[in-house]
Amino acid sequence: MLYLELFYTFFKIGLFGFGGGYGMLSMIQGEVVTRHGWMTMAEFTDIVAVSQMTPGPIGINSATYVGYTAVINAGGCVPYAVAGSIIASFAVMLPSFVLMLFVARCFMRYSKHPRVEAVFEVLRPTVVGLIASAALLLMNSSNYGSPSADTLQFAVSVAITVAAFVALKIYKVSPLLILLAGGLFGALFYGVVGC
Amino acid sequence: MENVRLLKLFVTFFKIGLFTIGGGYAMIPLIERDIVERNSWIDKKGFVDLLAVAQAAPGVFAVNISTFIGHNLRGLRGAVAAAVGCVAPSVMIILAIALFFNRFREYEIVNNIFLGLRPAVVALIAAPVFSVAKSARINRTNVWIPVLSALLIVTFGVSPVYVIMVAIVGGVLWGHIQERRGM
Repeated sequence: MLYLELFYTFFKIGLFGFGGGYGMLSMIQGEVVTRHGWMTMAEFTDIVAVSQMTPGPIGINSATYVGYTAVINAGGCVPYAVAGSIIASFAVMLPSFVLMLFVARCFMRYSKHPRVEAVFEVLRPTVVGLIASAALLLMNSSNYGSPSADTLQFAVSVAITVAAFVALKIYKVSPLLILLAGGLFGALFYGVVGC
Repeated sequence: MENVRLLKLFVTFFKIGLFTIGGGYAMIPLIERDIVERNSWIDKKGFVDLLAVAQAAPGVFAVNISTFIGHNLRGLRGAVAAAVGCVAPSVMIILAIALFFNRFREYEIVNNIFLGLRPAVVALIAAPVFSVAKSARINRTNVWIPVLSALLIVTFGVSPVYVIMVAIVGGVLWGHIQERRGM
């Protein structure tokens, strides 16, 4: 019964969750903590933190973790919890999967139509603005430290961003290598400096 | 194009899913590198259009993108291979954490790694702004669109969903004006 509810809840989140992972989080919180009471707010906050830190889309990460935790909290054992996490992840991706299949078929047929082309003439520049805003919103004190309180962390973080940008844009270093270097640098630098 | 193997699609998106840290936007430079430049599975203009569609559609951004590219290369089976490949690392890593490392955030080294990682992720998301701007043919007449969109989202906290919706309505009107001019 919990499986059915998990499926239905995450299907709904996948269908109406606009605005990507961060936009979906508030909806997941409303359903999972407030409406169903599957976990406490503190547990959910931990899940959000882990979902942001680990690789993969935030929507999928949180669905997997919520599915697992909900079954454990209901008294289920580990194999049942793993099934719950797979059901929640599958349910959250199903609506967009079906919708995008449909879009992919229509898009191939109508993308040359002048009316559709006109819509994309406006949408393309808008997407540039959306990506820029995503980058700007991440330039906050939780990612960089505050310039006055954690001056060293702030300076090092800005240097990392500049170095990563130059490496990617000018030296065409692979994004994967940049991420590995950033993580390794963080472990060594902050491990030695100890802040 | 039809000869792209399902396994290759799966592996390519698995790799992208594995290195997408900090949400869907972080996968844009990875897709640019692997899908647009290395494999030419989609051209630059098509990629910008896909980003627009994936943004306007509900659900997980990464699933939207992988489904679309997979479908265009190998139909339904390609879409399944790409979408499952894209989410498989997430599910596996989260399960491993839930099962074995429930307290992994409390380790000092994990925290340190992320202090170095997050500023790098910001650069990875900032970089595509310029390549996408080029593919989107930003010029003096339309540069106000990205500037205004970013301003609304960052300064006034408007949801990107509304920005996309307004852009679609604007595009429909723009098509209408062009058609009238044409006649």
